Amino acid sequence: MQLDSKCPQGPIETRWDRHQFSLKLVNPANKRKHTIIMVGTGLAGGSAAATLAELGYNVKCFCFQDSPRRAHSIAAQGGINAAKNYHNDGDSVYRLFYDTVKGGDFRARESNVYRLAQISLNIIDQCVAQGVPFAREYSGYLDNRSFGGAQVSRTFYARGQTGQQLLLGAYQALERQIGTGQVAMFPRTEMLDLIVIDGRARGIVTRNLITGEVASHLADTVVLGTGGYGNVYYLSTNAKGSNATAIWRAYKRGALFANPCFTQIHPTCIPVSGEYQSKLTLMSESLRNDGRVWVPLKKGDTRPPSQIPEAERDYYLERRYPSFGNLVPRDVASRNSKVVCDEGRGVGETGLAVYLDFRDAIQRLGRHVIEERYGNLFEMYERITGEDPYQGPMRIYPAIHYTMGGLWVDYNLMTTIPGLYAIGEANFSDHGANRLGASALMQGLADGYFVLPNTINDYIASTKLEKVDGSHGAVAEAEASVQATTRRLLEAKGTRSVDSFHRELGKLMWEHCGMSRTAEGLKLALGSIGELREQYWREVKVLGTDEGLNQSLEKAGRVADFFELAELMCLDALERNESCGGHFREEYQTPEGEAARDDEHFSYAAAWGFRGVGNAPELHKEDLTFEYVHPTQRSYK
Amino acid sequence: MRITLHIWRQENAAAKGRMVRYEVPNVNEHMSFLEMLDVLNEELIAKGEEPVAFDHDCREGICGMCGAMVNGVAHGPLAATTLCQLHMRHFKDGDTLYIEPWRARAFPVVKDLVVDRSAFDRLIAAGGFIGVSTGSAPDGNAVLVPKEKADLAMDAAACIGCGACVAMCPNASASLFMGAKIAHLGLLPQGDAERDQRVVAMVAQANAELFGSCTNMAECEAVCPKGIKIEVIARMNRDFLGAKWSGRGTAKE
Ligand SMILES: Cc1cc2nc3c(=O)[nH]c(=O)nc-3n(C[C@H](O)[C@H](O)[C@H](O)COP(=O)(O)OP(=O)(O)OC[C@H]3O[C@@H](n4cnc5c(N)ncnc54)[C@H](O)[C@@H]3O)c2cc1C
Ligand code: FES
Repeated sequence: MQLDSKCPQGPIETRWDRHQFSLKLVNPANKRKHTIIMVGTGLAGGSAAATLAELGYNVKCFCFQDSPRRAHSIAAQGGINAAKNYHNDGDSVYRLFYDTVKGGDFRARESNVYRLAQISLNIIDQCVAQGVPFAREYSGYLDNRSFGGAQVSRTFYARGQTGQQLLLGAYQALERQIGTGQVAMFPRTEMLDLIVIDGRARGIVTRNLITGEVASHLADTVVLGTGGYGNVYYLSTNAKGSNATAIWRAYKRGALFANPCFTQIHPTCIPVSGEYQSKLTLMSESLRNDGRVWVPLKKGDTRPPSQIPEAERDYYLERRYPSFGNLVPRDVASRNSKVVCDEGRGVGETGLAVYLDFRDAIQRLGRHVIEERYGNLFEMYERITGEDPYQGPMRIYPAIHYTMGGLWVDYNLMTTIPGLYAIGEANFSDHGANRLGASALMQGLADGYFVLPNTINDYIASTKLEKVDGSHGAVAEAEASVQATTRRLLEAKGTRSVDSFHRELGKLMWEHCGMSRTAEGLKLALGSIGELREQYWREVKVLGTDEGLNQSLEKAGRVADFFELAELMCLDALERNESCGGHFREEYQTPEGEAARDDEHFSYAAAWGFRGVGNAPELHKEDLTFEYVHPTQRSYK
Repeated sequence: MRITLHIWRQENAAAKGRMVRYEVPNVNEHMSFLEMLDVLNEELIAKGEEPVAFDHDCREGICGMCGAMVNGVAHGPLAATTLCQLHMRHFKDGDTLYIEPWRARAFPVVKDLVVDRSAFDRLIAAGGFIGVSTGSAPDGNAVLVPKEKADLAMDAAACIGCGACVAMCPNASASLFMGAKIAHLGLLPQGDAERDQRVVAMVAQANAELFGSCTNMAECEAVCPKGIKIEVIARMNRDFLGAKWSGRGTAKE
């Protein structure tokens, strides 16, 4: 398949404007005649559903939580980037574009990233107008802070709850449309398959999680804003329910899946404490503004941190990266933590942790300033660990956090199935091989408020969409396939719980497809995952029935998809014989231990096509060209 | 530690529920409350018994999905803490805990500890928003917001919509939840234009949902995991009276 990104040509500054002008419009009276299915109510889905409804489309909107307000976006802490340059510190749309392309280690599309940086300006305006209580200075002006991978202050925030406040803004806009009847909301309803008719996405099959009822919904287009797939690893910073099912079933219906192995490991999470651990908690990256990361200089130094004198501490990020210091991008910070822990210099009971120390910041700024900036994060740390971070340093360790990979989409955010769109973390579009902090919220809202509502008109206006109804064979076939999967899971009647399989899968992935990867390890993982997947279908134990609420059954379906996705991730990681961003192959590193990219052979997005479970998928390549930001070895020294 | 649990089991909305006793012999003090329930559920599955259904998602105290009454207190004994953030180190070996779902007419039980809180969404749909459509916003710094106001608005906006306030209130009133939204939006210049309409519409919706009225018991404030203060209720009442007196903000029919 020839992948056409549909990116406009010519000067990058005007590409989006020119492209928008070239798109066909749907007049307001006709919008009323069209129905759009929106799966997901996170920042991407919630903002898109509200905006499409404001424009006059009929929207059917779905989420698996009991309320659209609870989408995983709610948990984002640190902030959202925008190139407002309110601080006159040299920021600009171009600089945000540049930082994002470089931060992504030259594996993202320039056109998309430039558009993202441009739209960042409108997002802040929109959110302020909705009542998002962003942090303010005493003068009443908007406040900013800095985040990793940038040397300017361009991150807007609402205490440590930025995602919550942005999502509530989108949710309230969505509820307003639900109130007017323009959006029909289906909470506690999970999409389990995509309906493709005559080569076009025309609907979804869902299961009502309360009644168990399987139903089909038909529409003119389908949009997936279903979030990322970090939970493949079992332990991650994602909410427990976050899953890949929607995008995975779309993949199995023909949508290409791009760069599945590009996962982000966040450097500052609370370390694992025991076998029962159900998830990992992130400590916002904003903490690296004031916290200093260090480990003891000597191996196996078990003294409490307060008794380790200054001269025997290794502030390794400041030492290795003097210009970015503690604010190096996430992939670099995470890898360095692993290196020092592998050297035996890790701290805490497990030796799998490093210190994040606020002693100097508290001395310099006073405790009240630190409290004001990070109060709720410090409380959260204390609540979980029982230790007071005002008294001694936090212990942190990297954890799976975000997935840059996702469904392949063109510049219009359409997947390779006509009429199927993917927005937010569910697509692969803007972050390349590594996402910069505070850029996911920006991308989710850019896609939902501003990009999709413009590009979707073009498809609706230029496509003859025949009327379809439930009697179409494709509908019955998709429903039957959903029911067959459910039955298979319930009838396996094995001996092991879903969680026990999921944990085992997670361990395999963390070990072999995590912070660093090798060809050998990946091959091993591929074998083991395939075996475990087969065992899963034989030995999984799901009690209860498919009538009514059955949380084990919900999990079972999601984990089944994680198995297949995990294999694709390993395959993609194995195929990419280079290191870039979050994908670090031990075989490919510079003499200083940094990621060694191979632009000559791997300057492309890898888009995989499904060819049956257990069969090798087909690889398509979208070549990436860089006209503005020329690929160099990333340096944060 | 060893903990004895009495948990409300109810098959579905129509079924009759009952308390069932379970022993969890191997609780680790660093576990969260929900991780303890995970451990129990794994044991139940091993024995062939259906696991306890409970809502949860973020497990970071922010999504508002989790919640149950623990010994009669919403989200358990620790102040300003959701159930998912409550760790077992706050309990003792040998403790007995009674775990029940939220109880309120407006929140019917779905199964075990899971309840239906969609009434909260309908309150927001009635008026808990600022009616600005995408694209029409002025520059973010065009309207200044004094820091104190922004901070107070943020205090109120921190509500996670978990429903503990309703569950704990003897009248099952949603006043803290509504007051928080009304204060958040009303404190900001951007939300001022719809202030009258908002409060009138939300109060009317609350009555339709069978939430009770507030009689200043302040039980809600005591259990709110985000520390939202009952001042927001006073503010809501002021807004409501103001709107009614002046005849502004008549509810939508
Ligand atoms: C702890 C944490 C902190 C973060 N902090 C930041 C930050 O400070 N700045 C930043 O920029 N980014 C941050 N991120 C990343 C960012 O929050 C996410 O990438 C982003 O919110 C994803 O938004 P989304 O709309 O794509 O998906 P989500 O918010 O995950 O929403 C997914 C939606 O899809 C629905 N859904 C999923 N599957 C189905 C299905 N099969 N059927 C029906 N519905 C379905 C869900 O119900 C939900 O409504 C953070 C992430 C985490 C985990
Ligand atoms: S699970 Fe999200 S608040 Fe408890």
